[in-house]
Amino acid sequence: MASRALACQTLHELRDLIQQDPTAAEHLLEELLDRIAQLNGRLHAYLAEPDRKRLRQQVREQLKACPNGKLRGIPITVKDNICIQGEETTCASRILQGFRSPYDATVIERLRREGAVLMPRANMDEFAFGSSTENSAFGPTRNPWATDRVPGGSSGGSAAAVAADLAIGALGSDTGGSIRQPASFCGIVGMKPTYGRVSRYGLVAFASSLDQIGPLTKDVTDAAILLSVIAGHDARDSTSAPVEVPDYVSQLNTSVKGLRIGLPKLPEEGLDHEVNDSLAEAVKAFERLGCQTTSVELRQIDKAIATYYIIATAEASSNLARYDGVQYGYRAVGSGLGVEGSGQAQSPEPRTQNALLDMYLTTRTSGFGDEPKRRILLGTYVLSHGYYDAYYLKGMKVRTLIKQDFDEAFKRCDLVVMPTAPSPAFRLGEKIDDPLQMYLSDIYTISANLAGVPAVSIPCGLSKAGLPIGMQLLTAPFREDLLLRAAYAYEQATDWHRRQPGL
Amino acid sequence: MNYESVIGLEVHLQLSTKTKLFCGCLTKFGAPPNSQTCPVCLGLPGVLPVLNEQAFAWGIKVALALNCQIANVMKFDRKQYFYPDLPKNFQISQYDQPLSQHGHLDITVGEQAKRIGITRVHMEEDAGKLLHDTGGASSFVDFNRTGVPLLEIVSEPDIRSSDEAYHYLTELKAILQYLDVSTCNMEEGSLRCDTNVSLRSPGVAAFGAKVEVKNLNSFRAVKLALEYETKRQAAQLDRGDRIVQETRLWNAKKAITGPMRSKEEAADYRYFPEPDLVPFVIEPSVIERVRAGLPELPAQRRVRFQQRHQLSAYDAQGIAQDRALADLFEQALETYPKPKPVANWIMGDLSAYLNAHAVTLADVKLRPEWLGHLLQLIEEGTLSGKMAKDVLQQVLERGVDPVELVNQGSLRQVVDADALERIAEDVVQAFPKSVEDYGKGKTNALMYLVGQAMKRSQGKANPEQMTEMLKRKLVSRP
Amino acid sequence: MAVVTPEVVKQVAMLARLRLEGKALTQLAAQLDEILQYVQQLQAVDTQRVEPTSHVLPLTNVLRKDEPTPSLSQDAVVALAPAAQPPFVKVPKVIEV
Repeated sequence: MASRALACQTLHELRDLIQQDPTAAEHLLEELLDRIAQLNGRLHAYLAEPDRKRLRQQVREQLKACPNGKLRGIPITVKDNICIQGEETTCASRILQGFRSPYDATVIERLRREGAVLMPRANMDEFAFGSSTENSAFGPTRNPWATDRVPGGSSGGSAAAVAADLAIGALGSDTGGSIRQPASFCGIVGMKPTYGRVSRYGLVAFASSLDQIGPLTKDVTDAAILLSVIAGHDARDSTSAPVEVPDYVSQLNTSVKGLRIGLPKLPEEGLDHEVNDSLAEAVKAFERLGCQTTSVELRQIDKAIATYYIIATAEASSNLARYDGVQYGYRAVGSGLGVEGSGQAQSPEPRTQNALLDMYLTTRTSGFGDEPKRRILLGTYVLSHGYYDAYYLKGMKVRTLIKQDFDEAFKRCDLVVMPTAPSPAFRLGEKIDDPLQMYLSDIYTISANLAGVPAVSIPCGLSKAGLPIGMQLLTAPFREDLLLRAAYAYEQATDWHRRQPGL
Repeated sequence: MNYESVIGLEVHLQLSTKTKLFCGCLTKFGAPPNSQTCPVCLGLPGVLPVLNEQAFAWGIKVALALNCQIANVMKFDRKQYFYPDLPKNFQISQYDQPLSQHGHLDITVGEQAKRIGITRVHMEEDAGKLLHDTGGASSFVDFNRTGVPLLEIVSEPDIRSSDEAYHYLTELKAILQYLDVSTCNMEEGSLRCDTNVSLRSPGVAAFGAKVEVKNLNSFRAVKLALEYETKRQAAQLDRGDRIVQETRLWNAKKAITGPMRSKEEAADYRYFPEPDLVPFVIEPSVIERVRAGLPELPAQRRVRFQQRHQLSAYDAQGIAQDRALADLFEQALETYPKPKPVANWIMGDLSAYLNAHAVTLADVKLRPEWLGHLLQLIEEGTLSGKMAKDVLQQVLERGVDPVELVNQGSLRQVVDADALERIAEDVVQAFPKSVEDYGKGKTNALMYLVGQAMKRSQGKANPEQMTEMLKRKLVSRP
Repeated sequence: MAVVTPEVVKQVAMLARLRLEGKALTQLAAQLDEILQYVQQLQAVDTQRVEPTSHVLPLTNVLRKDEPTPSLSQDAVVALAPAAQPPFVKVPKVIEV
């Protein structure tokens, strides 16, 4: 075993190693730093160069401070939309450049308490708007399995870092598939917990009623460990559920025999046949494990994308109104006053008599990329006078129907199985000019957010081109335990999770 | 031509909770700029609101006191507009499911009773404060006020004159003070008022175009602004001009309203349900509990004062209007159970003192029993009415029991004029030398005689009275 | 038929404080139109007796005690701002009032 690099091991293996020999944590960090130096230039999973000195110090401090921590000495990377005190949190947007959060997100407090080492920030689509990480204002992340392909998104940096062994685990956020889809594209495990399971306090809001933070890890056990650290009620989040958190890890080995697996009829347009085949194989594997399959109906699932793009953009347009150059982050140079702004954009001459309005317009126009602008406009439009009922209200009503579909389905089955994404990772640039096509690729992930149910993506195959394929499991609210058990049983019965990208 | 004014009032009330509506920052007025802020009220990326239960409870209390129907379920919405004092560029407010609706408030103008409808009472967060650099190119933001709990109290357009508006506001303020949920201080902005006014010809049912008037810093300003605005609109209508719907600002110095700089666009607040807050269910049992805990309100107290204590309508109004005065009145009756004189002293000397010094009852240290004692001393004849006025002044200034002041000696009056006369005569007889000296113009001699007389009266004589009496005696001597 | 015209998109952009002109405007307007056309499919769903969902969790009455928690220091607040004149945050002059 000594020959197997530490960086390539799983979180639970490393946890056990560090338990026996804390210096392993220091060796692990050095390995990761070397790999980052070697690979991040190509992958751009991390937004910033690691500060070696501070990281070494962090390892020493955490080893000392958290002798019994579940994540003692484990390097974790955090998506750039989760606030870390004293660190820049930009959401991969120019408009937040220079914003150093004066507070820790709840999940960060919990990571720190369990001894985690916080690596540099993971790249993402700007404000989590996207499915490819091409919308990062600071350049795209590339897929470790094929660097001409996208890692998925929006948590593409998190997924690529874990898949390429540049971090041992990662946190991402999932509003419409932003953890599961990149996990699927990068051949790792990614989970979106039940809405309310993990505190959103400190997660920069995209769509408040849909957002959840979740883990991206090398295997299911790691996901169970990371989830057990971040899950649980938080008084600072009014939408956080006061529901007890079970011991996910100890239950992993419980048999899945007799579990009922629901197979929905899905819109097949655009579904890659290799994905379809892998999924069929996976379902057979579940049957071999003693699960029963049954068909379930998710009648409104084909309406999920339209519903999602109304609700998510409406909330986003409101959540992003605060980025205006007044209080923090970027103020466009030359707009009104406040030339001290940290960005570089040169504003044209003021076009109105009102310097304040001009500052708003210039800051927001030059601070946001194209995709945030598109979504802000769409969201503003659907909420504006005269359109609210036709769009937003309608969307909220269809959302009710989608949720009812899931409520009904989970009366008939324990888990629903479907693909995570219609295809394996696509090429950089392939969909960037066609926003609607990009949105449509979220077809299988979006409804879990609308219904608030938990879902996990796990590796279930490789395409002929050698690209990972992901399977998605969904279950009833707060039954992450069931999700993890089923995923674990499948993982034990297969070896897809052991495949490594040939970097 | 004669027009009827149609007036609606919008009052914003800051609740005096310890902390803000959605975070734990303090709400103290006058704190150093930007010292009472946190990530939540600054709207930093990633933060979330959690509702203050005290503000919620007080909201229900106010709504019930204004006879509103409390919602079964209330929710919050985002009201969206860009402004530098609004950190999130939306205000968490309530739109279609507010805390309460359909209330009313009864006022009396002259002899005329009138009911003013209250459209709604809802909760929202306050914005920060902007300071303007006169002549400069900048404005400055202080976020301390951001997120302070507000109740917005919106009246129906039932008000028909500036007088009615004034009475509505006074009555509303009295009720709010009784509830003890706000300092109701207009100067500090804890109570703010905007008004809408339109005119219509008599007999016409439809409302005219309404003009909103802002920047009203006192009830008097509301009254004056409404008077000005109705005249201005009437003149405009008389000229055959149309009234445009607009917002105007009251200029207190010039006593006129002026148009607010027109916005670059029409407002479209794009209200939608606040996804970061859950709905709030208000159980009937909770409503009943709050209702049971409501204090007696000014209107009820006025009636009681008139019926039980036979106060005049004027006195009952004047005393019941201010909860502290009304409490004082009732508590003083425990020591001195005659309502009329107690009321007279409260409405007279006490109110005069408070007005003259621009203070409230809370600022002076007057215990109710002291007022009772004062009246007892008058009744016993220990103090004359005139003396009692001086004593009250000292009581208010020094915070002491009038009984104590009298016992210290300098104040008690020897009431028996014959006794005073006798003491004066005795002294004149006993000190002929001094009498002679006084005759030669030595004024010190008079002081000496007064001193002797005071001694003989054991300090009970009024020195001034004694001086006068001795002077008369000495002058009348051959 | 277009759901949104560039003129409407321009007005919406103003509400959102974005400056859109020329090619950027026409391109975005076309993209928004395509997305809104797609979204029209919801009109076919019968929602007459359906309550809207704004929260998936049945949580109600989440409240906090009226107890103070620490505020940030004045310095920290001012340090965040792109432009400040301590202890204030500085913005271009607000002309309206």
